[in-house]
Amino acid sequence: MKTSKELAVQMRGISKHFPGILANDGIDLDVYSHEILALLGENGAGKTTLMNILAGLYKPDGGQIFLKGREVEFHSPKDAIEHGIGMVHQHFMLVESLTVTENIILSLQRSGMNLHANQVKQRILELSSQYHLLVDPDASIWQLSVGEQQRVEIMRLLYRGAETLILDEPTAVLTPEEATDLAKILRKMADEGKAVILITHKLNEVTAFSDRVTVLRAGHVVSNLLTKETTKKELARLMVGRDILFHLEKKKCKAGNPVLQLEHVHATNDKGLPALVDVNLQICAGEILGVAGVAGNGQRELAEAIAGLRHIDQGKISANGQDITNSSPFKVISAGISHVPGDRIGVGLASNLPVSDNLVMKAYRNPPIVQGQLVKKKSIVQFVDRLINAFNIKTPSSDTPARLLSGGNQQRLILAREITASQGMLIAVYPSRGLDVGATESVRSTLLEQREKGSAILLISEDLEEINQLSDRVIVMYEGKIMGTVDPETTPLETIGLMMAGQPLSAIEKHGKVEQSA
Amino acid sequence: MNEAFVISILVITIRAGTSLLYATFGAILTERSGIQNLGVEGIMMVGAAASFAAAYHSNNGWIGLLTAVLVGIILGVIHAFLTITMRAEQVVSGLAMTIFGTGLASFMGQRLGPGNSTMVGLQGPSFERIPIPYLREIPYIGEALFNQDILVYALYLLIPLMWFYIYKTRQGLELRAVGENPQAIDALGMDVTKMRFLYTVAGAVLMAIAGAHLSLGYLQGWADNITGGRGWIAIALVIFSTWNPLRAVLGALLFGGINAIQFRMQAAGTTLPSSFLNMLPYIVTILVLVFITWAERNTHRFGTPSALGTPFVREEKK
Amino acid sequence: MRIQFEKRTDRNRLSGFLIPVLSFFLAILFSALILLFFDINPIQAYSVMVKGSLGSTYALSETLVKAIPLMLTGLGVSIAFHMHFWNIGAEGQLAMGGIAAAYVALFLKDAIPSSLLLPAMFLAGGLAGAVWGLIPAGLKSSIGVNEILTTLMMNYIATLLVEYLYLGPWRDPKGFGFPGTAQFVQAAWLPRLTGRVHYGIFFALAAAVLLWFLLSRTKRGYEIRLIGENPKAARYAGINITKNIILVMLISGGLSGLAGMAEVSGIAHRLYMGLTVGYGYTAIIIAWLANLNPWAILVVAFLMGALLVGGDQLQIAMQTPAAVASILQGAILFFMLGGSIFNTYKITITRTRSKKQGENAHE
Repeated sequence: MKTSKELAVQMRGISKHFPGILANDGIDLDVYSHEILALLGENGAGKTTLMNILAGLYKPDGGQIFLKGREVEFHSPKDAIEHGIGMVHQHFMLVESLTVTENIILSLQRSGMNLHANQVKQRILELSSQYHLLVDPDASIWQLSVGEQQRVEIMRLLYRGAETLILDEPTAVLTPEEATDLAKILRKMADEGKAVILITHKLNEVTAFSDRVTVLRAGHVVSNLLTKETTKKELARLMVGRDILFHLEKKKCKAGNPVLQLEHVHATNDKGLPALVDVNLQICAGEILGVAGVAGNGQRELAEAIAGLRHIDQGKISANGQDITNSSPFKVISAGISHVPGDRIGVGLASNLPVSDNLVMKAYRNPPIVQGQLVKKKSIVQFVDRLINAFNIKTPSSDTPARLLSGGNQQRLILAREITASQGMLIAVYPSRGLDVGATESVRSTLLEQREKGSAILLISEDLEEINQLSDRVIVMYEGKIMGTVDPETTPLETIGLMMAGQPLSAIEKHGKVEQSA
Repeated sequence: MNEAFVISILVITIRAGTSLLYATFGAILTERSGIQNLGVEGIMMVGAAASFAAAYHSNNGWIGLLTAVLVGIILGVIHAFLTITMRAEQVVSGLAMTIFGTGLASFMGQRLGPGNSTMVGLQGPSFERIPIPYLREIPYIGEALFNQDILVYALYLLIPLMWFYIYKTRQGLELRAVGENPQAIDALGMDVTKMRFLYTVAGAVLMAIAGAHLSLGYLQGWADNITGGRGWIAIALVIFSTWNPLRAVLGALLFGGINAIQFRMQAAGTTLPSSFLNMLPYIVTILVLVFITWAERNTHRFGTPSALGTPFVREEKK
Repeated sequence: MRIQFEKRTDRNRLSGFLIPVLSFFLAILFSALILLFFDINPIQAYSVMVKGSLGSTYALSETLVKAIPLMLTGLGVSIAFHMHFWNIGAEGQLAMGGIAAAYVALFLKDAIPSSLLLPAMFLAGGLAGAVWGLIPAGLKSSIGVNEILTTLMMNYIATLLVEYLYLGPWRDPKGFGFPGTAQFVQAAWLPRLTGRVHYGIFFALAAAVLLWFLLSRTKRGYEIRLIGENPKAARYAGINITKNIILVMLISGGLSGLAGMAEVSGIAHRLYMGLTVGYGYTAIIIAWLANLNPWAILVVAFLMGALLVGGDQLQIAMQTPAAVASILQGAILFFMLGGSIFNTYKITITRTRSKKQGENAHE
């Protein structure tokens, strides 16, 4: 296959800065057709920025881009796609209220007023069978699963004749099974002569998907390697810049009394569809219960139901023996349950208000912050300074608006507030999402610290590695149901993967050990 | 109830509904693109005053209409510049537009009559009724539908056009998309700013024409506060219509009908005080809003463009 | 040419002062162009306005007279705006306050000892405004009905109700057809300080102090600010949003109701046609220009009062429509809005595509 490879894209000396960050600093990158290139790096290494530049979404501050040896300058994503470069973003760029066909039509070059809907539909069906991309052209986007939406995104690029396809963290939202399908689709595209770029920070993905890998760190290219000539260990060292991946000391769990209990809980999501179906669980003091699953299978609703933010239709939730079913968020907080929400900016912070106001969001109603109805400024200053120091929140001052902090410091702020307010129970939703390695490490060790102090912790995460590293027990959610409870130390990853794809644990066990479907 | 009475009710329903529907269409276009314009009342008001003044002095209704279009463009550009280019708070910019427009219109009304005098009570050129042969003979509805002024007939064309444009053309598809997910539209290489600018200005033009129909077609004259809250009712109608132009027609007929009943009862010398009659449209608006909001909440079905009121920002690192 | 926006990483203190001043002057310039267009000498017009509103003790006292309802309604809407509850209904709440106070003065004057008549009117006015504000608040918090539209519709209803009353059942039978109620008994008149300036000024000052205290010193004030910034975060923090909306609208409507009470009891001594002249709308501009700060609202309300008196003077002296005042108000708000972007964004304008040098030089 090597013989047919040719240079598709060359990027030379690409630089890009954002307020306070130099995201790309003189990056060179080569991309070949007939090949899958993995762009590996931690969060914040500059991978997505670089690809946004290639896709015409950002304009570089400096540097050049060559296509088949000819210099080009993209002023918009349209320019890029006209040159055959297309990108599937992490957050899909689809219009939810429109159908698949309508979304594809949107992305085509305008040709008068006619929609040509039937013609487009026909072509979708053709491409669909050519690349094994199964999508229903008449379905509205909001009705599709995340995996299907991703296929629509890919379809859209193929439809427009993209020669270079960029995928940003494509498996983050997929079940292991869907990920395998995706790998096949990508390989098929490479075989047909496309150049595929895969943005990722997962080593498994690099080895499973790619032919070649370019490692980025802090806005620089650290290394270019052939995938088959390298190892995960080497890649990890290149990516992180030190020898070992962090390893957390986890002491044996000494689970105490049950703190939180859910019995036969049913709830619906914002669209009125079932989001939690007969959920039963129990968490004991000093225990971390991990919730694994592909995003959108009821995890968010589970956290909200416990926190009093979502009405449950059936069932019972109790904390320390006290019934908190459909209690107000205030009552739940009073019952000692803290909550690190998944949507940091949207829910966890009032990002225009100063750090101090954000830190007292839970403590403001108790002495010494208030006396009677009156706020005591002095006590606030003391309280806030104490938390900033204790949790090592890096902020210019306590008056700085929270939006100006880095993601890691915003999360530390939320953790500081929630842990201080907690009385034995913490719900943590995607606690390390989007954080760099250092911040992730500190967030995870904070959670373990709380566990050792006897907190009951519900950990919801998309990151299986995180779940396995921290949890004492793991439950897997699929379409609002719990597929089973497993011990992360002894359960093979494939089992958890099958459960994430919708197979109940009982069914898997019945068929003996994990079946290897050829 | 005799035939003449029913006919007169229907005639007024159509005439009163016309300016409401122009304004509602304007607001639908604007909001579909993701921009909220609460300045409908102000734009209608200036449209009514300016078009009447221009028509009066030129003795030509068409010049009046053209002036309304111009007013719509200017005021639309102001709102678009503030909310799209400068990313100002859309609610406040709209309110500013209403306050500014009401003031400017009232100023014009007092100043633009003959010799810098008032325009109140002036008789000017207007869009007269043009009966359509044969069709107007249809019992009951003939007179109401086919003996109206040119702006009403234009609206008959505009209704299917709006529907066709929004649901059956490429540009309409883009319009539906840009109010839902401007980031996606941007990623596809379309110019969100330009689209929003265009629809905000086009919407404002329709709002100004709505005003012109008040002073040149329906009421045929200028009076202070001529719009009497119709701009706000139009905004309520947009919610009622779930941003669908055909449903907006229903809403406009409902409110036109209320206007007509109000008018007829007053003429018939009812015992009900006129102040109470005049409250009717506002009370109905509140009731309709309550009902629609309640119904949508229960069906989990919202027609609101997701990105309505949110400025579009591209190059920003989160 | 390309305009680039970059989020500020610092807070710009200078612009907080500079922008309102600058937008004020730009608005004056802009309105001057409009005046010129209508063949009016703007310099002459502006000097008449300034002299007529600030140039003498009498002028100043008239400006204060207008400033009182503006201060009260401005403070009223500001607390709702703090919570991003768009109460556009100050006008109607003011009207209801006026009606309730007039009812007490006209029909309960014999049932209530005369020394208690004013306090009763005060209570009735505040309460009526609060109730009128409560309806949209309830509809919003229970089913989510758009409050901008409901508060606005209720303005029209209240204004028509006032009209119904003074033209109909409450009309002064000895009024020779004058549209208004009979004059209140003396005990129902708010005492005056000087000229027509009445004790309503103390209501306004007290309201400013109380609002400032509530917002910056109490638990409730923190909750209101948090809801305004991010209602989802507030709910997550265990704050009862419904309760706060109701409470805030009670205060908001109550203050506007008091403005209505002060108008009928301090100025006209009757319910009359001129009660609803748009104070409630100007209040929105005041609250916004003052950045919702209670002290600034007092100052801006005074300036807006001057603008209104100046507009009236213009009409008297030059037969120029008083609506110049609303044009100026709207224009100031436009420029202010346009300018507010400089608080949140750094803006660079580059001439051509060769932006490299420009940006580097900027760094």
